[in-house]
Amino acid sequence: MASELRNHDQELFWYQRRLTLAAVLVALCFVLLLGRFVYLQVVKHKHFATLAEANRIDVQPEAPNRGIITDRNGVVLASNYSAYTLELNPQKIPDMEAAIDEIAKIVEISPRDRRRFKRLWDEFRNNDSLPLKSRLTDEEVARVAANRYRLPGVEIKARLFRQYPFGEVASHVIGYIGRISQGEKERIEAQGLTPNYKGSDYIGKVGIELSYERELHGTAGATEVEVDASRRVIRTLSRKPSVTGNNLQLSLDIRLQKIAEEAFGAKRGALVAIDPTTGGVLAFVSKPGYDPNLFVDGIDPQNWDLLNTSIDKPLLNRPLRGTYPPGSTYKPFMALMAQELGVRTAQQTISDPGFFRLGGGHWRDDKVGGHGMVDLVKSIAISCDTYYYQVAAETDIDDWANFMRQFGFGVKTGIDIDGELPGILPDRAWKAKNRPKDPKLHVGDQVSLGIGQGFNTFTPLQLAYATAVLANRGVAFKPHLVQRIQDARSSEYRLTHPSPAYTVPLKNEHIDAVLKGMAGVVTEGTGRTAFLKAKYTSGGKTGTAQVYGLRGGTYIASQVAERLRDHAWYIALAPLDKPTIALVAFVENGGFGAEAAAPIAKKVMDAYFDPALLDAAIKRPIIGNEAIKAASVAAEVRRAR
Amino acid sequence: MIQLWWAKVTDHLDPFLFAIVTTIAALGLLVLYSAANETIGRVISQSQKVVIAVLIMIVIANLSPQFIARFAVPLYVIGIVLLVGVALGGEVVKGARRWLKIPGIGNIQPSEIMKIALPLILAWYFERHEGAMNWRNFAVAAILVAIPFALVVRQPDLGTALLIGASGFFVLYLAGLDWRVMVGAAVVGACAVTLMWSFEVGIHDYQKERVMTFLNPEADGQDSGWHTTQAAIAIGSGGLLGKGWLNGTQTHLEFLPEKHTDFIFAVYGEEFGLLGGIVLLVLYLLFIGRCFLISAHASTLFGRLMAGSMTLMFFTYAFVNMGMVTGILPVVGVPLPFMSFGGTALMTLFTAVGILMSVTSHRKLVNS
Repeated sequence: MASELRNHDQELFWYQRRLTLAAVLVALCFVLLLGRFVYLQVVKHKHFATLAEANRIDVQPEAPNRGIITDRNGVVLASNYSAYTLELNPQKIPDMEAAIDEIAKIVEISPRDRRRFKRLWDEFRNNDSLPLKSRLTDEEVARVAANRYRLPGVEIKARLFRQYPFGEVASHVIGYIGRISQGEKERIEAQGLTPNYKGSDYIGKVGIELSYERELHGTAGATEVEVDASRRVIRTLSRKPSVTGNNLQLSLDIRLQKIAEEAFGAKRGALVAIDPTTGGVLAFVSKPGYDPNLFVDGIDPQNWDLLNTSIDKPLLNRPLRGTYPPGSTYKPFMALMAQELGVRTAQQTISDPGFFRLGGGHWRDDKVGGHGMVDLVKSIAISCDTYYYQVAAETDIDDWANFMRQFGFGVKTGIDIDGELPGILPDRAWKAKNRPKDPKLHVGDQVSLGIGQGFNTFTPLQLAYATAVLANRGVAFKPHLVQRIQDARSSEYRLTHPSPAYTVPLKNEHIDAVLKGMAGVVTEGTGRTAFLKAKYTSGGKTGTAQVYGLRGGTYIASQVAERLRDHAWYIALAPLDKPTIALVAFVENGGFGAEAAAPIAKKVMDAYFDPALLDAAIKRPIIGNEAIKAASVAAEVRRAR
Repeated sequence: MIQLWWAKVTDHLDPFLFAIVTTIAALGLLVLYSAANETIGRVISQSQKVVIAVLIMIVIANLSPQFIARFAVPLYVIGIVLLVGVALGGEVVKGARRWLKIPGIGNIQPSEIMKIALPLILAWYFERHEGAMNWRNFAVAAILVAIPFALVVRQPDLGTALLIGASGFFVLYLAGLDWRVMVGAAVVGACAVTLMWSFEVGIHDYQKERVMTFLNPEADGQDSGWHTTQAAIAIGSGGLLGKGWLNGTQTHLEFLPEKHTDFIFAVYGEEFGLLGGIVLLVLYLLFIGRCFLISAHASTLFGRLMAGSMTLMFFTYAFVNMGMVTGILPVVGVPLPFMSFGGTALMTLFTAVGILMSVTSHRKLVNS
């Protein structure tokens, strides 16, 4: 009994020892928990509090409305309209083809929509929303909304779209916007503008839309909202509204622009008209153009190929990036130079035998037998080559280049759209650098350059600018397309170029002599036929640039002959006493300047001085790029088969 | 008459245990109201369950341990039969067979019965062999543990299986299982798990995933790590004093998963902070401490083992739950005792409290 009791006590003792051990373990575990609480709630409290806030608060960017672009008279050239789009989220759609087929049962999806979307999809796979169809009708919106439950990843969104009401007219000036590409995204990030582009899908791609992106884009707003775990908005915490982009007023007159484009008809070429007293560009034509509206919601591959591979190069901005020898339009500037450098006076005359010989070289004038006695004024009016062969031979090429540079030849004019080319204004250094096999600039090279042939190539814009500087008697304004910027907040305007950039030191009598020569071109010289019935005084100069070879483009046998023809130039300024317009008209493979380019220049100047003609222009329907449209339809038909 | 009856009934209640348990349950209802986004429905439903559970507790407290011991064998057998029934024709929920549909009664989870039935039969068995225990008894006991453990593992519900296994092990441990055997078993077990892990035998992918998630929750913040990550954010952002009752953003904006049930502690931690956490720890500590005392002073081996294993079960529930919610243990489906929403666990827990009360209140009678 006693042993049993002792045994019992022994057992109880062992039991309680085990129990105590367990209790110690329990206490240790609770201390561990307490430590964990302290770690989470004291040590890491800040970290988790931040995470909780990040969970709770969502910042929704609000894309600003893009600024509007108008012409000098307030006619809208680029605006926004709001429309419903059908957008797909590639992240949520495993089988895109099937999804589009499904949608096509509800709303009409054209083959063009499909191709366009495919192109977008290839490029922007990581985006969470890509438009399949834009400009949905109310009925289509309703139909999609009713079927939303079986279309995951399909959304209807109200978006602002860019619209270019004049279509092809001034397309090369205005440019277009498009979806922000990966490269652009990186550039935005590098410039530290990412926060401002959070909600933006579009960015300026070319033209003014590109170069004035900063002004047009506006400032993004943001709405801070409280969201739940499924990102559903519970309430708005704060809101910072977006600020619309600034509006741009161009110096361009869309009426004049339209008349100029119509004057080209089916011809290829360029025209730039500048107000010499301000530098404001009145018209800026590059033919052929394209419809910028095609690009806004993503161009389809077919139209893209047509634009991109066309031998007519509709995407080439000719005034800005087309470089051609100036031909005889160079002569008025040569004449001015000859006087300024003391090579000639206005009174000096030469006898033109119809050719010029120097060393072993022989250069012909285009009139067999020559023009007889020729002074400076006549040399311009009748475009006497021999006169300028001589001037060229007698001038130091570096002095020559330095003089011409003041008129913008060989340097970028600094116009306010991107991509300008500087052209070539040859001097000794240029020849040495660019012709290493024949580094010396020979006098023979100079002779050709004297009539604007040879190494020198300039853009139509450069020639227009030079003409404007001449017309404004050396007072140079930077050429610009945007005249005023209207601040979105204050509605106040500010001028982009309120004062002259610089002044070329020129003697008035020298200028007068050149202008007299240019007036002679119109009244009795090479431009006489074209300007026979002009109601205003003007000066001009024809030019013909030789085509040495074909660069780029696809060879099509039937078109080769036409494309080997010379380029036609005409520069003009009017009215003579105090010019308010200076322009250059350029027709690619147009032949003689007097025949191809001068009539176009005249049509534009006629309109410029006649408000009735200007107003009539805007009432005519806008002619699109018929060639592209026809080809597009034809391709559609082929595909359908 | 009624007074007398009332006195008789309440005589068996341990006032200390009762006070603490009802305090924790009340706290649970408070948190539940917040977790349910200030709707009263769940609170009422839970209150009803608490009341029923308390009634069960009172009934059991009034039964003598000897009487309770009579249920050991039938309860265990019923439990095993039901578990087999689950394996053959249980309801499949989320890929596992855990529930059994019994006409007229509804859905029951037999593994829950085992949490009581297994310690019960073990305690009963050891008492029968009191004073003459040898290794054969422990071997038999081990088999008694292994059967339900294996059946629940197969469901598959590793978390519950481990809890059942633990409750059985507690009895073995308290009954004096040789240390060498325990160490040996632990080594063998560790090796077995390692082998199963590396050869992918007998371990389900979701179990592996849970462990991996536990080891590195942020790696998978949106998916299986979501629970742990969001719970840590909730608790951590609560800080010292918490965001205040009904003010937890993680709770009310639905970032917290399972916030009514297994993760209710995250709600509590977010709204009541470290202070609240300490209060709850102290409550559990007091509760478990009292249970330890009851076990230490029990008059019979059956009472000691029963009380001791129930005590350790409470501790295991509380520790594993708070441990998993705060991210120091992997996520297994264990409720926070007396706080988590749900009737089944509540019944089991209050039954256990009833048994403890029975053990302590019938001690005097035996002694006298």
